[in-house]
Amino acid sequence: MSLFRSQRRSTPGRGLIVTGLVALLVFAKASLASPELGAALERLGTAKTYEDRLLAARSIAESGHPDALALLGDLLEGRLYTLRSDGRVVVAASIDRGYAIRDAATGEDLGRVGRRDVTRIGVNNQLRSSLRALIATLRLEDENESRRIAAIEEIGRSGDAEMIDVLADLGAREESDDVKRAIETAIAVLRLDSDDRKTRLAAIDAVSGSMSGHVRMKLTRLAGDESIDDESREAAMRALERIEAKARRYEILSTIFFGLSLGSVLVLAAIGLSVTFGIMGVINMAHGELIMLGAYTTYVVQRLFPNAIEYSLPIAIPAAFVISGLVGIGIERGIVRFLYGRPLETLLATFGVSLVLQQTVRSVFSPLNRSVTTPAWMSGSIEIVPGFALTLNRLYILVFSLVVFALLLLVLRRTRLGLEMRAVTQNRAMAKAMGIRSDRVDMLTFGLGAGIAGVAGVALSQLTNVGPNLGQAYIVDSFMVVVFGGVGNLWGTLVSGLGLGVVSKLLEPEVGAVMAKIVVLVFLILFIQKRPRGLFPQKGRAAEG
Amino acid sequence: MLFRKLLAHDRGGRWFLAALAAAAVLVPIANLVVPPGSPFHVPTFTVALLGKFLCYALLAIALDLVWGYAGILSLGHGAFFALGGYAMGMHLMRGIGDRGVYGHPELPDFMVFLSWDALPWYWHGFDRFWFAMLMVVLVPGTLAFVFGWLAFRSRVTGVYFSIITQALTYALMLAFFRNEMGFGGNNGLTDFKDILGASLQARSTRVALFVASAIALAGGYLVCRYIVTSRLGRVLAAIRDSEDRVRFAGYKVEHYKVWVFTVSAVLAGIAGALYVPQVGIINPTEFQPLNSIELVVWVAVGGRGTLHGAALGALAVNYAKSVLTVEFPEVWLFALGALFVIVTLLLPSGVSGAAAAIKRLAARRLRHA
Repeated sequence: MSLFRSQRRSTPGRGLIVTGLVALLVFAKASLASPELGAALERLGTAKTYEDRLLAARSIAESGHPDALALLGDLLEGRLYTLRSDGRVVVAASIDRGYAIRDAATGEDLGRVGRRDVTRIGVNNQLRSSLRALIATLRLEDENESRRIAAIEEIGRSGDAEMIDVLADLGAREESDDVKRAIETAIAVLRLDSDDRKTRLAAIDAVSGSMSGHVRMKLTRLAGDESIDDESREAAMRALERIEAKARRYEILSTIFFGLSLGSVLVLAAIGLSVTFGIMGVINMAHGELIMLGAYTTYVVQRLFPNAIEYSLPIAIPAAFVISGLVGIGIERGIVRFLYGRPLETLLATFGVSLVLQQTVRSVFSPLNRSVTTPAWMSGSIEIVPGFALTLNRLYILVFSLVVFALLLLVLRRTRLGLEMRAVTQNRAMAKAMGIRSDRVDMLTFGLGAGIAGVAGVALSQLTNVGPNLGQAYIVDSFMVVVFGGVGNLWGTLVSGLGLGVVSKLLEPEVGAVMAKIVVLVFLILFIQKRPRGLFPQKGRAAEG
Repeated sequence: MLFRKLLAHDRGGRWFLAALAAAAVLVPIANLVVPPGSPFHVPTFTVALLGKFLCYALLAIALDLVWGYAGILSLGHGAFFALGGYAMGMHLMRGIGDRGVYGHPELPDFMVFLSWDALPWYWHGFDRFWFAMLMVVLVPGTLAFVFGWLAFRSRVTGVYFSIITQALTYALMLAFFRNEMGFGGNNGLTDFKDILGASLQARSTRVALFVASAIALAGGYLVCRYIVTSRLGRVLAAIRDSEDRVRFAGYKVEHYKVWVFTVSAVLAGIAGALYVPQVGIINPTEFQPLNSIELVVWVAVGGRGTLHGAALGALAVNYAKSVLTVEFPEVWLFALGALFVIVTLLLPSGVSGAAAAIKRLAARRLRHA
């Protein structure tokens, strides 16, 4: 359209050039037209029965023309028409009250025609499935391995027994093991329909580990098919049972994975708290808001560099650590340090801080949730085995939480700061006497815990909504995790976080998500009564006081 | 006699009760007798608002009893308040009868909406007022008794206790949000029509509820005062100051704590029951942890361990809240947050403590002068 308009407006000389270019294009396109394709299309246009059309489609496929795949797709989707005037096969796209058509053989643009000028080349279901197989065969030659496997699986689904030979042929040439395995499965799936008892039994045996829904459907049909022998039916039944058992196993595995993922979120949220609360003994009710600040940092980083979403998380992680850490140090210097030894007052004062931080975010960013983009490398999922896939973002966050945990452990065990922290918590007076500036250590410890909260916020921004209430949702949970694991015990926090995550996900199918949460909370409340010092209580000097 | 003994050394309390009595007399007159045009007229809306504040004050006194005198900081007292409120709400719900939207003679609207065909067992009996009132006392009391018994027996103290009470109210909130619980889910219980045969919209009912709240507050104050001036109260204060020492002296610390915790929960439940007919709705947000923590700040502002201070703190903070949330909604959370920080850092014994300190200081100056 725009081409025509520009032609109309242009000077004659320029119009000539444009026309020449168009002609050149048409010529280039026409030169691609091969006699085989032309003949096959002609056959398609004149075919009266669906069988003839299938034969014609086969010859299109065999023409080896680069457009063959697209044309078959067009045929499958019902976009191929014959022109009433000369019987030419054309590809048509519906526009208002007519079609825009181009020649199927040459690709030449033929302008617009009315609805009456063309006749659709119809397809029925049988032809459709054969066409799909045909397209799949063409796609079997694809360079890309996963696309090749997809094509092979599609052939398996088509139920076209004639494709067995094609597949076997392909299997002999194939080099990749994955593709070979896919071919074997597809052949077995096709052989399920075989009338030969032995072939069928072997096929049933071969597919009994497959997780595809199509195989399951086939086996169910076989198991209830009265016309085949009992042995095959029983074999099908057994294969179904095996598949079902496998499905159940995968389901449990994926529940556990989701549980670990939830657990890793809990660990991330709680791990900073296990520094401030666990090690220092400071009740920081603003911890959730420090997490929220981390999440908002991610949002701001993405807004600042809209073209570098891929790198936004690596930038946001240190940024969030610094921002939340600084706010944490501010809280420690401004409030908490005057309240050491008065835990209830600390709790109230830091709660006040949390309200102020929430309202600040609400005033600055609006009370609505902000959307944080997930970078491409974090979206999607990876298939471990067929029927069992892990979502990438959850997997990354699980790994990330373990990395953060390991780093924190390293800081506490292997650095001077960690040593001083432990010294100050165990015996402040003695640590001071040894020349440790306990004031500075307090500040840095609190800052470390707060910074980790910020880093957790970056991870959480990938899973939940980023809004002013983000932190509140996690504060009760994270305290529970820390207390359950045993205050002052990092490993306890890890175990209890992951454990609670898995337990609540296991409970969820039984009682529902909210009820699972309630059950876990009630369990925790009762547990704390029984063992007030958590799963792994601190022993020795640190336990006193 | 007892009355005089209770207030013998409690000047603040005497002033507080006098003011309360004056309000209970003057506000109804100002509403019912004084004509609407007069500057002394108090509109019905204000009466209901004041009645609500009085309920909060009773709740604050209940918390002060456990926090100020026994050193138990409960971050879940809102739960007892809400449970009392729900018990009252269930009675009012049953009182709607067939005047609901769906006109079902027995089932409340939300149950008809969920297409339930019978009343759940725990809704039976709430059509009778005395039974509902019994539940207002029993439900929070029992929960507090069981919870306190479990917690105090295993010596869960201090911050740990605070955190699990917070978890308790959080869990209850989640539970009440569920429709399957049969308490109206998100929307809670509302659309009440009348109480004891009197329409809730009527001016006289509003005034009566206000007076009832004032009486309950005064009664609650005297009960708490009685407890803290008794021998039991001294043991409680001793527990607050040094729990181990009291235990070593042979007292059953957990018995005292459970007892006072239960009494406090019952008072909170009564406050909730009076609150619901005045605001006309009870829903699960009453359980949210923020409410319970806000309650703590009322007590902290007023001054913990003074009872009347807690009540005044509740009135003052809620008055400020109702002004600020209307005039400057953005500012309210800043103000509340700042209040938390300032009170804990600068006024550890609240406004009444600060007033006392100033008075002491002034007295010393006078002596020296």
